Amino acid sequence: MPRLVSHPDEVKITSRRFGLGATDIEKYIALDGYKAVQAAIAKGPEWIIAEMKASGLRGRGGAGFPTGLKWSFVPKQSEKPKYVLVNGDESEPGTCKDHLIFLYDPHAVIEGTMIAGIAIGAKLGFIYLRGEYRYLLKIMEKAVADAYAKGFLGKNIFGSGIDFDVVTQTGAGAYEVGEESALMESLEGKRGVPRIKPPFPAVVGLYGGPTVINNAETIASVPHIMLMGGEAYAKLGTERNGGTRLFGISGHVERPGVYELPMGYNLKKAIYDVAGGIRGGKKLKAVVPGGSSTPVMTADEIDVGLDFDQMGKAGTMLGSGGIVVLDETVCIVEFALRTIQFYQHESCGWCIPCREGTDWLKKSIGRLHAGGAVDKDIDNIRYLAENMLGRTFCPLGDAAAMPTIGFVQKFRKEFEDHLNGKGCPYKHAREEEAALV
Amino acid sequence: MADVTFTVDGKKLTAPAGTLLIEACKAAGIEVPAFCYYPHLAVQAACRMCTVRLEKVPKLQTACTTPVTEGMVVYTDTDEVRQARKATIELLLGNHPLDCPVCDKGGECELQDMTFKYGAGESKYVEIKQHRDEQQWSPVVYYDRPRCILCYRCVAVCGAGMDVWALAVESRGARSVIAPNGSDHLNCEECGMCIDICPVGALTSDTYRYHTRPWEMNHVATVCTHCGDGCKTTLGVRTAADGSEIIRGNNRDKSGMNGDFLCIKGRYAFDFANHTERLTKPLVRQADGKLAPVSWEEALDFAARGLREARDAKGGKAIGVIGSNRTTNEENYLLQKFARSVLGTNNIDHHRTADYAAFAAALKGHAGREASLRDFVTAPAILLLGNDPTEQHPALAWQLRTNVRLNHARIYVANHRDIKLRRQAKAAVTLPQTGYAQFVEYLAGKDGAFKGDDATAAFRNAVKKEESLLIAFGSEFRGRDIQALVAFGLSLPNVKFACLGDYANSRGAADMGVLPDLLPGYVPVDKAAQFAGEYGNSLPAEPGLDLVQMFDAAGRGELAAMYVVGANPVARYGIDAAALKDTFLVVQDMFLTETAVLADVVFPAANLYEKAGTVTNTYGDLQLVKKAADKAGTRADFELIVRLAEKMGAAPKSMVPFGRGVRADVGQTRGAQSGEADRHAVWLVAHHLELKLSPFDPFAIFDEIQRLVPAYNVPRLNLLAGNDEHLKSELVQIDTGATRRDMVLPANDGLYTSGTLGNYSAKLKEVLASHTTVTKPAETAAD
Repeated sequence: MPRLVSHPDEVKITSRRFGLGATDIEKYIALDGYKAVQAAIAKGPEWIIAEMKASGLRGRGGAGFPTGLKWSFVPKQSEKPKYVLVNGDESEPGTCKDHLIFLYDPHAVIEGTMIAGIAIGAKLGFIYLRGEYRYLLKIMEKAVADAYAKGFLGKNIFGSGIDFDVVTQTGAGAYEVGEESALMESLEGKRGVPRIKPPFPAVVGLYGGPTVINNAETIASVPHIMLMGGEAYAKLGTERNGGTRLFGISGHVERPGVYELPMGYNLKKAIYDVAGGIRGGKKLKAVVPGGSSTPVMTADEIDVGLDFDQMGKAGTMLGSGGIVVLDETVCIVEFALRTIQFYQHESCGWCIPCREGTDWLKKSIGRLHAGGAVDKDIDNIRYLAENMLGRTFCPLGDAAAMPTIGFVQKFRKEFEDHLNGKGCPYKHAREEEAALV
Repeated sequence: MADVTFTVDGKKLTAPAGTLLIEACKAAGIEVPAFCYYPHLAVQAACRMCTVRLEKVPKLQTACTTPVTEGMVVYTDTDEVRQARKATIELLLGNHPLDCPVCDKGGECELQDMTFKYGAGESKYVEIKQHRDEQQWSPVVYYDRPRCILCYRCVAVCGAGMDVWALAVESRGARSVIAPNGSDHLNCEECGMCIDICPVGALTSDTYRYHTRPWEMNHVATVCTHCGDGCKTTLGVRTAADGSEIIRGNNRDKSGMNGDFLCIKGRYAFDFANHTERLTKPLVRQADGKLAPVSWEEALDFAARGLREARDAKGGKAIGVIGSNRTTNEENYLLQKFARSVLGTNNIDHHRTADYAAFAAALKGHAGREASLRDFVTAPAILLLGNDPTEQHPALAWQLRTNVRLNHARIYVANHRDIKLRRQAKAAVTLPQTGYAQFVEYLAGKDGAFKGDDATAAFRNAVKKEESLLIAFGSEFRGRDIQALVAFGLSLPNVKFACLGDYANSRGAADMGVLPDLLPGYVPVDKAAQFAGEYGNSLPAEPGLDLVQMFDAAGRGELAAMYVVGANPVARYGIDAAALKDTFLVVQDMFLTETAVLADVVFPAANLYEKAGTVTNTYGDLQLVKKAADKAGTRADFELIVRLAEKMGAAPKSMVPFGRGVRADVGQTRGAQSGEADRHAVWLVAHHLELKLSPFDPFAIFDEIQRLVPAYNVPRLNLLAGNDEHLKSELVQIDTGATRRDMVLPANDGLYTSGTLGNYSAKLKEVLASHTTVTKPAETAAD
């Protein structure tokens, strides 16, 4: 089990039951579990959606779409059944927050799913875990079984006359199915490629029915919002960025881990105070602030609040909240290569710019890192990434292009240092370091 | 939907709201390139070639997914758009093998054209291209994986279009490939639609690959010679040592009734024309009993003499004539004219695969009640009784599937078999094999006629509720059953019918009077006054012998001579060779068939791809056949009939009224490499005839057909332009009277057989063998 970290600046809302044994349903109930859903039943869908809107909660998967608004798009009347779908396909490199939720607080996911279901009038919820989280499936399945045993799930929940069922499912190991429509394809048993939008899932989603699909953290936050009230939750964060968020700080820091910080918390403070600063007192080189798809920030750029709007203004993205900290020993080209290798491997291949673009980026950056490139190749890499950006079927192409453009733009010098047969200037230092370990 | 107005590249355009931008642009003559988009298949938005700039939208948008809206402002040709397309092509070319100089598709490749247009002429990538070995998926389909640009059109057409689902994408990302359902081979209907739809040379056909370059071929649009659907096909023809050979069948202009569709036979089974056993010299049986090649004049003289002697000695009643399902209308017409006016006999018949005569009689007085093949793709509801279109009428099956897919047509299937089209059916009923007539009675309201259940009752109610219905029926219906079915149909509003028969011109053979009791247009032989006037002879007024009776008569020694044109009754009807021992037999065919081998004279005949004329498909759609190929040493049946008639003493002009002011169409009959013109010229001059219209020109007789068979009097210009003309007026003008023997013998051909013709198609036989081979279980190792 991962070591839980803690810091006084944290505001524990979604993570408040972490480490308290809440996988046990009795413990969960003792910690105010399944109260929120009963309140939600009592007050009804309109109240739920109003509270969600008031909470300012924005999707925690990375796109940051206001959750209450998303729920309100689901048509009230529908010929086809409506569904709630929990996106637990947490695959963005640098991101491991949903993992902790499934591990420590599975009932919060179930309860959030139920509340979303009541809000939109769905009778069935799916909790979809990434294929690599298969070992967490047992925990989730046990939680679901316990909830059924208690009569919390199934027919006539809490005597409300409402039926609600929950089904768990895992993927087969594709990053692409983290994209909501690809996830629905996967869940339906098809090849995990995204769908054309519109129609959006709220109108035509899983099995053609109106579907609310939310990230696991988003869903796990819902019961807390119901209990504390939307406004109180909103006040924890900044304007239009309500509440708190789980930030996974990894890389070259003294105390890596997942911290729940208020939205808008300063990134520099998060790295230097919360995570204890750069390991071994080394110099900070760069920060990838919200999962590997977000454009890199230099050490000079990190004095910025961690919310969707401030990060956007800073020319990058809040993304999935996975902050990767890179110190001076890192070769940015190698990091760019590792990043593009991931996207090349994970591209579903459906559209040309992503399928071919990620492949050629990987080849070109790999050659450059090995010293086999000339000046023109740096421009080619940037040209290639720029011609992927905004041209692909789904955001995966952007996710590969954006960081690449960022690396070339902000660290061109490091790319140039590799050219004309020179190869990686950090190779020697890295080998020395490896020998010491 | 209401029209909306929008602007593309400064042009104000109007289109119905909801029209896809890519289609709206195309309609206005603005090209928006695309690889993955294909009309009438699901939008994929995978290739990103069709990106355009929309005003007030931050990113470039795909025109294939964007419906036009009021006031939309679109730019399709800005620097930004051109750059996006260029970058996409650069990416595609990154791994593309660029083996264009040897690629089948070179010269007609969409990737080449796009590269040329957007100028992605420089390679930005120096890494090694991904290579994967080519695969053979079936006797006809090859997949050259590196050439594939993964547009998924093949997957879509095979799945949604064909309802076969034999293709899918395997692996992911840059390693993605198209893979067949049998892991390394295809388990499918071998239609080749995947090859046809491939924008590059990734999918190629065994019959065409590495044979030629597209620009070395002439492309001749004609009609498929196989089943009764009459698909328009484009034959790629190239000069060969002995004429000109067909090297490709495809569907280039897509203007035919079949739309995008061609089946395996239309696409590959033209190879019979080049079969090594093809006859190219006339054969005459010698004193030693063996057939030996002789000159044309010798053979013609010999055949004419034999027929004349039989006629003069025993009269026309002692001569039989058997026509073909695959010759043109003009040939069929001429053959019956020859039989009746020169041989003096009504003993004429052909292998009948559907009871067209009864169908025509049932529709007497109901003009316009026959459905065209085109109707099946738009009709809101179709009742299919009997037949298995997937196997027997692949184009009809395509139309029905397309109609269901695009228009949600309701198909009602009643069949004794579990036919594949049930998958598209709104309702289906299983009948006993002999229960069709009873079922129609039941549909008409006679509850006791058929033991139905709730489902059958629901089927009947649904059919009766339809406000517009097409009824297609197979050879399960004949004679009175057709009459009853038509009567039932006519009791419903807006019904049209289709009678499904088997071969390219089975319908034409019946319409043209290749029948013992009926003249062209189903005029009873005893009411032939009009014909007698035209033919200038006294025509036999007694119905003649039908096909089976003729062979019975031959067996009794009562048939002195028989003339068989393009048919193989001996094999088809299992005739004992001994039955023909006393009959002088003249056969015109491509091959030494089971029938030809018994003949006294065999004339090597041209096939439907080697001649001009018209054919009528089973739905009554009349189409132009153009001469595509040419085989030295063969002659068209039309010419042979004229020559025989002349040698028997008939004036050519009385046979083919080429002097009666008919002008048109000289040249239509001649293919690009035809040597006919010279032959004609010599013959014409020898007979002091004008050069302007040959008596061997089928169109010289078309006027006469149009005059005597009013239903065929369709707009001629449209027909000559290569368009199908549906017969609209009723065929039967005069009551055909008493019940007749229907003599229907269904061909029972499937997708991979085509009667005698199929026996000489190596490709069909190969596919058939591959589809009937039972895979042996892997041997278990001995302990």
